[in-house]
Amino acid sequence: MSWVLDLALRTVAVLGFLVFTVLFLIWLERKVLGRIQMRMGPMRTAPFGVLQSVADALKLVLKEGLRPDGADRWVYHLGPVVAVLPALMVWVTIPLAGGLVVQDMRLGVFYIVAISGVSVVGMVMAGWSSNNKYALLGAARTAAQMISYELPLVLALLGVVMLAQSLSLGDIVEQQSPWPYLLLQPLSFALFLIAGLAELARNPFDIYHADTEIVGGPFVEYSGIRWAMFFMAEYVNLFAISALAALLFLGGWKGPLLPDVVWLLTKTYAFVLFIIWLRATLPRLRIDQLMALAWRYLVPLAFANILVIAFYLYYQMPGWTLSLASLAMAGIALVPLYRHWSGRAPARTRTADRGGLPKVESRA
Amino acid sequence: MIERLDTVDMMVNMGPQHPSTHGVFRMVLTVDGERVVAAEPVIGYLHRGVEKLCENLTYRQIVPLFDRMDYLADYNNELGLALALEKLMGIQPPRRAEFIRTILCELTRINSHMMFYGSFGGDAGVTTPFIYAFRLREEVQQVLESVSGVRMMPNYIRVGGLKDDVPEDFRDRVARLLPRLREGIEECDSLLTRNEVLLARTRGLARISAAEAIAYGLSGPNLRACGLAEDVRRTEPYSIYSELDFDVPLGQNGDAWDRYCIRLEEMRQSARMVEQCLEKMPEGPVMAEMPKALRPPPGEVYVRAENPRGDFGVYLVSQGGDKPYRLKVRAPSFCNLMALERLLVGCYIADCVMVLGSLDIVLGEVDR
Repeated sequence: MSWVLDLALRTVAVLGFLVFTVLFLIWLERKVLGRIQMRMGPMRTAPFGVLQSVADALKLVLKEGLRPDGADRWVYHLGPVVAVLPALMVWVTIPLAGGLVVQDMRLGVFYIVAISGVSVVGMVMAGWSSNNKYALLGAARTAAQMISYELPLVLALLGVVMLAQSLSLGDIVEQQSPWPYLLLQPLSFALFLIAGLAELARNPFDIYHADTEIVGGPFVEYSGIRWAMFFMAEYVNLFAISALAALLFLGGWKGPLLPDVVWLLTKTYAFVLFIIWLRATLPRLRIDQLMALAWRYLVPLAFANILVIAFYLYYQMPGWTLSLASLAMAGIALVPLYRHWSGRAPARTRTADRGGLPKVESRA
Repeated sequence: MIERLDTVDMMVNMGPQHPSTHGVFRMVLTVDGERVVAAEPVIGYLHRGVEKLCENLTYRQIVPLFDRMDYLADYNNELGLALALEKLMGIQPPRRAEFIRTILCELTRINSHMMFYGSFGGDAGVTTPFIYAFRLREEVQQVLESVSGVRMMPNYIRVGGLKDDVPEDFRDRVARLLPRLREGIEECDSLLTRNEVLLARTRGLARISAAEAIAYGLSGPNLRACGLAEDVRRTEPYSIYSELDFDVPLGQNGDAWDRYCIRLEEMRQSARMVEQCLEKMPEGPVMAEMPKALRPPPGEVYVRAENPRGDFGVYLVSQGGDKPYRLKVRAPSFCNLMALERLLVGCYIADCVMVLGSLDIVLGEVDR
């Protein structure tokens, strides 16, 4: 029975860690966003507002959970559960350091991809059952966005898996010494980051939230603890994608001097901060532009990337050739993308001659 | 194949409670998926009957009501009313008052365009420009506050001049504000303007030709975005605008991007005008010799003024009493809104808020 106890303890530990992380992430995001926008961020609850997210969580738990008239009762109530469970389950196999993991799986990457794909179902359920048109639009957008970007995300992961010849995250990290995969295949990294941002629905891809258009998307009718569950799912996913980026491309917990966990968390939080920075800087793309980006650029590019890696592996070429090829492909890909978005030179305003139109006599 | 899919259009009701309809404005959209196939603007949620109310108020009592129309351009509205009455009564306000009026109006224009800039960024999905814009607005706001004592609805520009002279440190404060404004405008410009995502979203969005724009009655930055040099300050100068040196920025394509750029450039021009006014501002009284009761002679008058949102017209019919017989306002926001339906059809749902934002309406003025 000891292995059951062991597993249970590890699970509880990870869950506790995640809850703490989510609370911290929310506080961090508000604080960093505030500083970027020349505000203080939360200040009132405890020094530096560190207890702000605790207070918010408490408020949400105590709030009444409303269900709109005409909402599909069971689907409406199950939506948040279906959304948050996969987000948590993914963490079964994400290590925080060598051995510091609930269960290192030989099929780890495959498991993560498979499980995280379920999250979208919960959101579509939420949007569909809310009996609200904004929620419905949000659900449609969620489905389109998440499924479209799953493809480049998985293909980017495939590149890493091919190089590492393993699906286990532990093995992949071990493979990355001395050179992290970021140097070996920057293109995979870029693809992963863009697709990851889209999966997280963070700026510039926060299309299915779109506060200013469809006022919150699938979650618009939710309140209280159910809404908090969606929120938790989002932040756990944010942390998971950041951790995966650190594990798969930055050498995971490898690093000099400091303990493993510190290294991994440092790298992970670097991504988190980057994503928060993007949120403060970039406006939102439109849904057609989002789809065009995925299907016209990212997916073909990801396939080309796989092909190049296959050549590299088959002919056993030196590592720098792959780095160069990867960089070159990324560069070539940027050209049409840049053209697509801003082909014409931005219009400058002209200056009118004195006089302009002929004078119009006013009636007096 | 697509035609046989028999999809049903969905009606989406946007507003009057919606974060991006810029007030209590309602759009009834008929959408086919994400595309808008029909749009119907619904207004009137803020209707107070200002024009009718004016008929029962003395002229001095009307000024506060004008503040409450376009509440982002309160000084400009007051100026419009003052111009109308001064024209009808043949009053020439003192030169010092004219300069102070111009400074206040141009500062208000910067304030108003900053509001546009911030909310346009918000519509596009990023909150940072809003905060930057509001930091700058705050500095302008403090100067305006030092003049009239309030942040909104100042009731400061009176028929024949101004309520009071400006405080002693006014010139210094404005002089100190100007470099901060210039810096802030450039900062805002570099923060959002060349953003690839914003370019992708606004270039070619909601294009309208000059002929069509005239047919719809667009004015102000929305008309100038089509390349038409129609600025009342230039074509039919009032107050002291003929003495000031400024450029009228023009767009090329008449799209949302041009409308955005023009407003940014207009802020720079306004700063230029304020600077010139400061240099030329004479000393002297700020109120003309006025009769105790305002009783304009019977007659009618129409004046135009360039508000931040466009051509602001005041049509005043007097029958000789101390109250107007009829007071009609040509509100630029209302006229600009006319083109909305035409601009929305064919857009994506996501574009709706940006198209509306690019027209820059104030509901207080639309509904009146």
